[in-house]
Amino acid sequence: MGPSLTFRAGVHDVLPTVFGYIGVGLAFGIVAHTSHLSLLVVAGLSFIVYAGSAQFIITSMLLLHDPLSAIFISTFLVNSRMILMSTSLAQYFRHESLTRNLLIGSLVTDETFALAMNKQNKTNGKLSFAWQSAANVVAYLVWGIATIVGAVLGGLITNPERFGFDFALTAMFIGLVYLQLISDRHLGLSLQLMVMLFVALVYYFMIGIMSQNFALLVATVAGCLFGMEMKKCR
Amino acid sequence: MSMSLTELWTILGCGLVTILSRALPFAFVKSLTIPAWLINFLSFVPITIMTALCCQSLFIANPGHLATLNVANCLAAIPATIAGVLTKSLLMVVVVGIMAMAVLRYFSIG
Repeated sequence: MGPSLTFRAGVHDVLPTVFGYIGVGLAFGIVAHTSHLSLLVVAGLSFIVYAGSAQFIITSMLLLHDPLSAIFISTFLVNSRMILMSTSLAQYFRHESLTRNLLIGSLVTDETFALAMNKQNKTNGKLSFAWQSAANVVAYLVWGIATIVGAVLGGLITNPERFGFDFALTAMFIGLVYLQLISDRHLGLSLQLMVMLFVALVYYFMIGIMSQNFALLVATVAGCLFGMEMKKCR
Repeated sequence: MSMSLTELWTILGCGLVTILSRALPFAFVKSLTIPAWLINFLSFVPITIMTALCCQSLFIANPGHLATLNVANCLAAIPATIAGVLTKSLLMVVVVGIMAMAVLRYFSIG
């Protein structure tokens, strides 16, 4: 990843993360197929809802015939971390027009957010509309296509885990968190390590008493507050 | 190729909920001045959210009890992390991670 912020550089930078999308996208397609969702519904979920983990939850809730209101609330809870990420990312685009801000915002994901945070470490805190859009659009298309291919292949591949593809997403986050750790000079290594340890501990204790998605939010917010306090003490 | 009315409403409703969560903060940040404490808070969001997302795959939740480790994911995370330290390349972390997991599955470990 270099300092260039062109559309082309965005396409180049997002390609490594695509592996994570393909693995999980195929998995989602296969799950959707076995849950009796049609290709049209899979395409609708991927291209209109476009929300990785929430799509798995929506699929299982549709299968269980849960009420629409419950499905909407679950989707909001699972995706509420996006409010944090978008608020964080939006600061880099304040100079852009409202339309451009909304365009970027409507396609932000965990992965493109993390990628952008890594990128701005290399560009002295700058991001561009062209670069972010390239990353967003490639991610969006790859995700949608992978889920549809997964749904088509659903009947053929019974066990994608055998090839280790399900680990792609975890590996991607490990890579992104490591790159963030070594390149965020603003916060520094020791403070970030302490915050990471704190987040892991909070998450570990919270998942026993609340849902994983809620624990993720609690650990994130607690980690930010802990980091602010530690920074004050330095 | 078919879609029931429930499925259609689910897609439209969840799509609306998701796009609002994503795009509205951009509109707010653009039109309002963000206080210094919030910027300070948000500066920790990348590292905390990425750590929490990693933890989600490294721990297994046991409702009512303490979490346990996802042994296979933790084992595969070791070579993936080493690949990251050595190459600083996201692609290498993902490729090594997938290969490590395929090897673990082949020998039915974890």
